Amino acid sequence: MIALENVTKRYGSSTVVDDVSIAFGAEGVTALIGPNGAGKSTLFGLVGRLLKPDAGRVSVDGQDVATAPSAALATTLAVLRQDNSVAARLTVHDLVEFGRFPHSRGRLTVADREHIERAIDYLDLQDYRNRFLDELSGGQRQRAFIAMVLAQDTKYVLLDEPLNNLDLRHMTEIMRLIRRMADELGKRIVIVLHDINVAATYADRIVAMRDGGVVADAPAREIMRPEVLGAVYDTPVDVREIDGKPVALYYG
Amino acid sequence: MLTDPTVAPTSTAPSARVRLAAAWAQPWVRLAVLGAVVLALVAVYLFGQVPGSLSFALEYRSRTVAAMLVVSTAVGVSTVVFHTITQNRILTPSIMGFDAFYVLISTVIVFVSGSAAFLAFDQLTLWITQIVVMVAFSVLLFTWLFGGKRRSIHLMLLVGIVLGTFFRAFTEWMQRMLDPLDFQVLSDAMFASLTRPDETLLTLTAVLVVLACAALVPLRRTLDVLTLGEPAAVGLGVDHRRVVLVLFGSVSVMIAASTALVGPILFFGLIVANLAYSYAGSFRHVWTLPTAVLLGMVCLLGGQLVLERVLGYGGTLSTVIDFAGGLFFLYLVLRKGAR
Repeated sequence: MIALENVTKRYGSSTVVDDVSIAFGAEGVTALIGPNGAGKSTLFGLVGRLLKPDAGRVSVDGQDVATAPSAALATTLAVLRQDNSVAARLTVHDLVEFGRFPHSRGRLTVADREHIERAIDYLDLQDYRNRFLDELSGGQRQRAFIAMVLAQDTKYVLLDEPLNNLDLRHMTEIMRLIRRMADELGKRIVIVLHDINVAATYADRIVAMRDGGVVADAPAREIMRPEVLGAVYDTPVDVREIDGKPVALYYG
Repeated sequence: MLTDPTVAPTSTAPSARVRLAAAWAQPWVRLAVLGAVVLALVAVYLFGQVPGSLSFALEYRSRTVAAMLVVSTAVGVSTVVFHTITQNRILTPSIMGFDAFYVLISTVIVFVSGSAAFLAFDQLTLWITQIVVMVAFSVLLFTWLFGGKRRSIHLMLLVGIVLGTFFRAFTEWMQRMLDPLDFQVLSDAMFASLTRPDETLLTLTAVLVVLACAALVPLRRTLDVLTLGEPAAVGLGVDHRRVVLVLFGSVSVMIAASTALVGPILFFGLIVANLAYSYAGSFRHVWTLPTAVLLGMVCLLGGQLVLERVLGYGGTLSTVIDFAGGLFFLYLVLRKGAR
């Protein structure tokens, strides 16, 4: 499990993650929800060792993130950030190859090549493998980055808003894929989502954050209640049942 | 259609062209072609138009070629590495104020002790002083702004720019107060010159540059990962701070050594690095780094040949490089605008 113990992170005088203690990353898909500025990306940054906590301890399967060798952690935990702009011209294949860096330090073995092929097949990128990233559509690009993370072959996969700027079709495509990665490949996926209906449909568990703290951590179904969602987002949210699925209504 | 229907399509011609195109897509083929061009230029430079004794010309000219190789290695490699660290391809390490520091040190010497003393100054002492001060400056800047809690490359660059501007202003202020003769001696010394390097200094610079490059060899694949940016590189298990420290140290040593040898010539790194990215045919540093070095050789040797043999000048090469660099930059800007 990914465990945070009394973790605090401040930027100047504002506290973005406030004394959080939580363990997440159980089998299946865990969605991390909450309004903008709740501290979701900061939490990912702390787990992904991009940020150092001001207080507290972050560990992955018992290894302290602050002291464990970075290369060893990279074989257990993969993080895909929100903003993935690349200055150089890379092909899809080049990008996916990078996923094997923690294992082979860039010297690819036969096993590495197999992992790369499998990741490319899994994300249905065979036809694009030699395309440059700047020649791809948003959905294809996102799939290429997920393929890289998949090739990294880690137990935990953290995805920070992978649905940004994707249309309906690509959004559901990516979410179905993430679900399959959890069910077929046994990946433990933690994903930051903005659309609570998407979270309710595809995630097993939902962790809700607000003002730098965790306000709810429960199976998806239990989070999908008007009083819980209303409190998380500070906005009236109605929840109706459609075909046995809870659907949140927050428009109008 | 302009194809002649009576001529059966020959299979050899297009397949040869296809094969050629496929070969050209290979980075090593491109690098080999570039290497051949450099060798040809070296041969022309060494053996062409010998006015008197061949052995004298060879000794004199080979030293210039060696200086060019050292400088293009230092400048090409450090600029490409600097681009990778900063994720920005229009910067040069000179933004950190390296060259400004170099000019400042020389100006202070002339200001304090006069041009006669400056010319009489021991070259080796001057070279060592300049390197030590430049490297110490960059290490200080680095540990202050990147080694601590803040860890921001951009803050480091910004402070580097501000300090560089401060050094330039301070230098200018001192230069204004100089005796006109002292000023002339100083400004003559501040033009990058490749044609009269001191043999000892050249050897010492070469040793430093080779050592700095040797530090990069085990990091070549990590450099590739750094092109993805810091967050992704950290996610892939790169110890970013340690790696950037080594890279930055090697960039500082190379730049300091080559600037102390021939003078400020950093603008040229920008041209060479950008040409290398489009010529190399791969983003991997195994290919872009040597390509940048060889392109640097083409620029310096080609420029020197044009200057000496075509235009008949004995002047300094930096004017030619600045002129060609300006044209290349206009081209880059116009091409970007057209897209």
